[in-house]
Amino acid sequence: MTEPETLTIEVNGFPTRIWRKGSGPKLGFLAGFGGLPRWVPFLDELAKSRTVIAPSLPGFPGGDRGHTVLDSHLDWLLAVREILDQAGLSGADLAGSSVGASLAAEVAALWPASVGKLALIAPFGLFDENNPPTDPWAQRGDAVPGLMCADPDIWTALKSPPEGANSVEWPIEQVRANEAAARIFWPLGNTRIEKRLRLIKAPTLLLWGEQDKIMPRTYAEAFAKGIAGATTTRIVAGAGHLAELDKPVEVAREILGFLEAD
Amino acid sequence: MKLMWFHLMPYTELPEDFRDANPSVWVDIHSSLFDPKRAHLMYNDFMDELEYAAEVGFDAICVNEHHSNGYGLMPSPNLIAASLARRTTDTAICVMGNSLALYNPPTRVAEEFAMIDCISGGRLIAGFPVGTPMDTCYAYGTNPSQLRQRYHEAHDLVLRAWTEKDTFAFNGRFNQQRYVNIWPRPVQHPHPPIWVPGGGSVETWHWCAEMNYVYCYLSYYGYKAGRATMDGFWAEMDRLGKDRNPYQAGFLQFIGVAESRQQAFDLYSEAAEYFYGRCLHVDARWSTPPGYTSEGSQRAGIESQIRKAADADVRGKSTGERFAAVAREMNAIVDNGYVIIGSPDEVAEQLREVATQLNVGHLMLLLQFGNMSKELTRYNTKLFAEQVMPKLKDVHASWTDHWWPQPMTSSQRAEVPAFSPRLAAE
Repeated sequence: MTEPETLTIEVNGFPTRIWRKGSGPKLGFLAGFGGLPRWVPFLDELAKSRTVIAPSLPGFPGGDRGHTVLDSHLDWLLAVREILDQAGLSGADLAGSSVGASLAAEVAALWPASVGKLALIAPFGLFDENNPPTDPWAQRGDAVPGLMCADPDIWTALKSPPEGANSVEWPIEQVRANEAAARIFWPLGNTRIEKRLRLIKAPTLLLWGEQDKIMPRTYAEAFAKGIAGATTTRIVAGAGHLAELDKPVEVAREILGFLEAD
Repeated sequence: MKLMWFHLMPYTELPEDFRDANPSVWVDIHSSLFDPKRAHLMYNDFMDELEYAAEVGFDAICVNEHHSNGYGLMPSPNLIAASLARRTTDTAICVMGNSLALYNPPTRVAEEFAMIDCISGGRLIAGFPVGTPMDTCYAYGTNPSQLRQRYHEAHDLVLRAWTEKDTFAFNGRFNQQRYVNIWPRPVQHPHPPIWVPGGGSVETWHWCAEMNYVYCYLSYYGYKAGRATMDGFWAEMDRLGKDRNPYQAGFLQFIGVAESRQQAFDLYSEAAEYFYGRCLHVDARWSTPPGYTSEGSQRAGIESQIRKAADADVRGKSTGERFAAVAREMNAIVDNGYVIIGSPDEVAEQLREVATQLNVGHLMLLLQFGNMSKELTRYNTKLFAEQVMPKLKDVHASWTDHWWPQPMTSSQRAEVPAFSPRLAAE
């Protein structure tokens, strides 16, 4: 695993990190709950055949305190659109996970020409009161790793400070990521995205961890039913909510296969 | 100094196995534990107790706001305050307070507080808490990432609603109102005194100091644990070059007074253990909604833990996190200073020390706590008023309280019709 190239753009006055690695057609990735405090194997897998560009979302690791000026859902969507444009991703294929998948879907709905193909891993945004998502913000700390990943150690390792990290600022950054997700999705995770799914014309891959303990599997059907473009749904064996962390090779293979198909 | 009588209004009949059989006293406490007919009696007892405290000479009676909470039956303290305004004459009424961000529009707080101030003839103390995570983010669904900004904006709106003479448009970040013009207006000029309960956050100390508001630490852990927090406030006051006027501070303290220390221990153990054992049983999953604790406070908390500083157990910690570490057995409850017990002399002695060491001019006293009966509450209250209160009147006597209500003179005020002494006496 080698480190990616790091660029910094400015969004609403906040420095925002862009990671870039690999060659070939561009593929954007918007990370899930908790964001990416470090580079992960999944992105290396994608970078084998694509130029992977992973911008940070406001408030998530690499996104500074950009969430603090985003008050409405429109504010968020405009910020994400601006980040994608500045990252050179306009018109490119776009993948996202969890929180990031929801925002990727919104961009595809509002600005159809700005997204090629779309790959969504267990997106937030829906709420079914008969089958609600798990509340990720009302958990004892030790329960979170097992809710995010099938293998809790993977989440724990992602969130542990690397050698030389600032022992005060690192944990604050991880809380900030949870806050940023809350700022968009509190309290139910319901952004009423179902009203906009019909505007998504992009061919869309829906991936769901077989053991997702946050987003019910039935939500994959709701997304597939709502999206106007052709959809394919795949269940990832042995994976939890952040399937790309549990099964980087398998998830990358599904996404790359989908993007390469006609 | 000022001695204020505070009621949390706890449900007094939580079962003995409450702690083991239920996940939490707050947010998702089960409705089957609530008997409205028993609550009818509790509310009436509690209001009798508040009225009795006024009658025996406490400077103020205090109520507060909680939601979905088994130890705080006042989702609307304003309802209780309105009733107290009619049943008391000279005692200050301290609503501690209204969680500003929960009112939509927040103008509602300006209106209801103005009503209480009018009804009571200018006796209101207006408390503006942010509110706990359980109340605000979980029970009321407020976004934790916006809570503090909404609180500050609501504060600005309420203040303008009280003081501006003409109808105005409020163009806030979260609230937009084209025509703000409250009727009634508060009796007190320019508005009732503003007191702010805080939990030890750096920003709240700074804000109270800057705005010239009373900073209150409503801790359930007594004066020993409260010291670090009050010191933090006074350090901020010093830094800003402000007077160390003790009346700019308030502090909550549990009290059990009896003929002797042993008698107090025996009399108040059950109620204290009920409170610390059952009432503070809050599920840890309600402790830390992300964004509730400011990054400045998180930073101070982490740094204080690294230093193993004296305040490491409170700084940067949320209400729920503090509850989890609490002592629940009477010996430890007393040793830790959560509840001050003793003979009148002993209690007066300890309170003098609290008031002096913490430099606090307003002591908010819990003389009813947990499942304490009305009879025992009355005994505690009476003994305190008769034998402790006189011994403390001289404390901080050289300072002026600039944060106390300025009521209308009694000759200007309405005559409140007599009410049945049976209610107050039982």
